[in-house]
Amino acid sequence: MSAVVALSTLLDAQQVWRGRAMPVPAGEQPTGWAALDALLPSGGWPEASLSEILLPLDGVGELQLVLPTLARLSRGARPLVLVAPPYAPCVAGWRQHGVDMRRVEIVTALERDVLWATEQCLRSGSCAAVLAWPQQADDRALRRLQVAADSGRALAFAFRDRRHLANASPAALRLELEAAPRARVWVRKCRGGAVPAQPVPLALAALH
Amino acid sequence: MLWACVLLPQLALDGVLRRQPTAGPLVLVAGAAQARSIVAVNPAAREAGLRVGQRLSAAQALLARFDALPYEPDAVDRWQQFLAAVAYRYSSEVSLLPHAIVLEVSRSMGLFGPWPRLESLLRADFTALGFRHRISVAPTAHAAYVLAGVEDGQAVLTPEALPRALQNVPLHKSRLPAVTAAALPGMGIRSLGQLLRMPRDGLRRRFGAELLLALDRLTGETPAGLDCFRPPDRFDLRVELSHEVENIAALVFPLRRMTADLAAWLAGRDGGVQRFVLRLEHRDGSSTDVQVGLLTPEREAGLLFEVARGRLEQVQLPGPVLALRLLARELPPFVPAGRDLFDERPANALPIEQLRERLRARLGDHAVHQLGSTTDPRPERAQRIAARDDGGQEPSPRPTWLLDRPIPLRGMAPRILSGPERLETGWWDGGEVCRDYYVVETAQGQRAWAFCAPGEQAGWMLQGWFA
Repeated sequence: MSAVVALSTLLDAQQVWRGRAMPVPAGEQPTGWAALDALLPSGGWPEASLSEILLPLDGVGELQLVLPTLARLSRGARPLVLVAPPYAPCVAGWRQHGVDMRRVEIVTALERDVLWATEQCLRSGSCAAVLAWPQQADDRALRRLQVAADSGRALAFAFRDRRHLANASPAALRLELEAAPRARVWVRKCRGGAVPAQPVPLALAALH
Repeated sequence: MLWACVLLPQLALDGVLRRQPTAGPLVLVAGAAQARSIVAVNPAAREAGLRVGQRLSAAQALLARFDALPYEPDAVDRWQQFLAAVAYRYSSEVSLLPHAIVLEVSRSMGLFGPWPRLESLLRADFTALGFRHRISVAPTAHAAYVLAGVEDGQAVLTPEALPRALQNVPLHKSRLPAVTAAALPGMGIRSLGQLLRMPRDGLRRRFGAELLLALDRLTGETPAGLDCFRPPDRFDLRVELSHEVENIAALVFPLRRMTADLAAWLAGRDGGVQRFVLRLEHRDGSSTDVQVGLLTPEREAGLLFEVARGRLEQVQLPGPVLALRLLARELPPFVPAGRDLFDERPANALPIEQLRERLRARLGDHAVHQLGSTTDPRPERAQRIAARDDGGQEPSPRPTWLLDRPIPLRGMAPRILSGPERLETGWWDGGEVCRDYYVVETAQGQRAWAFCAPGEQAGWMLQGWFA
């Protein structure tokens, strides 16, 4: 044991894996919900990735979760796309949340074309965010969306029913919305960090 | 003046080959049924010993298997017109000569660069379209025509150099009237240089004014006297398929060619296309029309192909297709999309216009739209597709999802969060409403925008969700 190798030289050579996860780059996509941002490893939506939002029912605040982000992005260079939304977006309501509706494209598509259209929009690289409501998306379909979001540098949001929580998903972030007894958001999966144990209360806009 | 000549030695054969590419021997034949003779051969046929001018029966004796297709003079004219329209991109003065296109390029070089660069542009265009060509340039149109026939790539850029270049052109390549070219060698005159040195009076007496006129046009003493080509205002390209096609996938190859041709032709007239028709012709004379419409004029070959293909793939063929025809009548000016120098999109990004076209091609014409608000307060009519969004703020809360028409709100009596907001309007158009709107919360925690008859707070109708 005469040859003493200095530990620092070994480490500096970067030939030893030190078991630390990749550092998560600070994201530039805050959700607009300070409490949620504080929990997420990138300080907001994962950049150029798929975020899955799981709901028990329609109308429990799922849009209010993303509307601050959409309002911010609608002032940017690239438009927003909604692929086959379950209802018509109410122009006056979205405007009250600060979204410029002239920057929102709505794509009507049959169920079998929804995933195709979503992937095309994501991959094109000319959309800032794409929102989709896929009914029959399996693991492979979601992975395609994730890859497309990455290559098109776009935010992808998939709104799905809560029962899909049991299935694994390639999405970088999975949020579950809880409506009763009060609106809360559970982070079910987040890439690059530990899943927080506590939910975030969602303070829905006071309506008067 | 400086004229470029694009000589198209195999126009008929190239036109056929791009329709059905084949490596095997192929000849074009013309003439009466009993005495067919060969007018064009491809390299494989030439290697097998087939020659232009041979009788078809003689060729069949030489080679057992080869394809013989009829020579169509109309098709040759059509291709020449098409290529002239493509060349129109480089010059406003384009004229047609037998098997050749000449264009005046002295002013074009200011835009496209010196001759070697312009020449390479021309060559790239013609090669991409699949036409073999020889290109030369000379101070007169006819001289360029003659030089292109002698050797590919000759460039005579000044009038002073022209006599020297014509000096050694043999008479049988001089494109002079045939009688003259046949008689002169018998007098010991074998090249253009010798002919040009002959006394003019003598030539006129022996061969008439026709020869002198041809010589003067060659040297530039007399203007070329060519009709200027005017590109047609509509595009009409028909491709006959070599066999009956029953599935759409087999139409994709000819379609790609045709849209590429359309794009080249549009570039020639610096225009775009917004609407065109693909006509699939069937055996019984009937045809299926596929309408292709775009939101803005476009001329990029890949985009046109993709859009046309998207439309074509949705067609149910009623019968086999014999021919494909592409018709474009509306040809509005093309305005290239402006791009930001500091564009933040990824390098391989598809512009939003092209994305919209792609979606429309598969999902239908009205698949992509925007919503704007109207001045009508009734929720059913408060917003419309493609309405201009005025950006006015509504003082009362509005939901984020809106139902197309109200439906009964099921379940237990909801908890009222705010309201009422009375909407009483529409008496003038028969759609009168009188409703009290409330923001309510259901037992499941959903927030709804619901209404009931004034003063009742029962019989809730759901109008939207505060999602």
